[in-house]
Amino acid sequence: MAENNRAVVKLKERFANALLDCKEYRGEVTVTVKKENILEVLKCLRDDLRYNFLTDITAVDYLGQDPRFMVVYHLMSIPNKDRIRVKAPVTEADCSIDSATALWNSANWLEREAYDLFGVDFKNHPNLVRILMTDDWVGHPLRKDYPLQGPDREPYKGRLS
Amino acid sequence: MGVDQPLGENIITTSLDSLVNWARKSSIWPMTFGLACCAIEMMATGAAKHDLDRFGIIFRASPRQADCIIIAGTVTKKMLPVIKTVYEQMPEPKWVVAMGACACSGGVFDTYSVVQGIDEALPVDVYIPGCPPRPEALLYGLMKLQEKIANERNSFGSSIGLGERLEPAA
Repeated sequence: MAENNRAVVKLKERFANALLDCKEYRGEVTVTVKKENILEVLKCLRDDLRYNFLTDITAVDYLGQDPRFMVVYHLMSIPNKDRIRVKAPVTEADCSIDSATALWNSANWLEREAYDLFGVDFKNHPNLVRILMTDDWVGHPLRKDYPLQGPDREPYKGRLS
Repeated sequence: MGVDQPLGENIITTSLDSLVNWARKSSIWPMTFGLACCAIEMMATGAAKHDLDRFGIIFRASPRQADCIIIAGTVTKKMLPVIKTVYEQMPEPKWVVAMGACACSGGVFDTYSVVQGIDEALPVDVYIPGCPPRPEALLYGLMKLQEKIANERNSFGSSIGLGERLEPAA
């Protein structure tokens, strides 16, 4: 399935060592790559495979697993009307990845959002400050270990608590 | 009334408080300030069908001219300093209406980013439940506010610096 995808075939021959996983589920192709190679892979997808539109950058917190975070890039090819998802694992100890702002200007705010809510440090980002929470906010609220009702409140323990 | 009225029926005797309260309750000017979906209902209440103007309620675009603020919607922690500033810019006397579940208690947003009721920051006079409240509910709440203003005591005295304005016991 995913093996037949043109982009996956190309990435496999170009980045054999960087590719960790390729999956297709319900017609959605997902490739997982090492975070050291993320910029090369994205550049190859943009320039050689015409995935020219960066739809989204976000992150996922798999608390309890190692590596804890997964940074997710959603790309779209406007000429080919095709989409691909690129993921890169990031550990909690070294919670950083290269910024994609050099490839897409739209990555600027998307990476600020991921930094604000997950605390992922995007290296070489021109202005990595909070975008949604207030500047003096402490913590990154979408991390799974962040208390849902905020650090200053007793957590909710069900209706009768 | 037990008072001689030598000038006939053209004179009404009343207390200064009643006169001041009548003037205040008949010209509540709320701040134009909407936060979420409640603001849509607030606008509908102000528009032709429900027509707040007939109560003398006219939305003002400046807090300097307003004497009431309707907190119409979810108050996030990021927005709270803005609301506080607007409230502080309003001249006395001023009243606060908490419109809808979010402004009263945080509503369904029991979460880190939302203030759990505007009464944590401002002195609320009228709470209006609903999600969002219908225009009828907002009208009822504003009429309750008028009732409250009408029953205040020493409103004239406090405005010329004699003592405090006394609010009726709820």
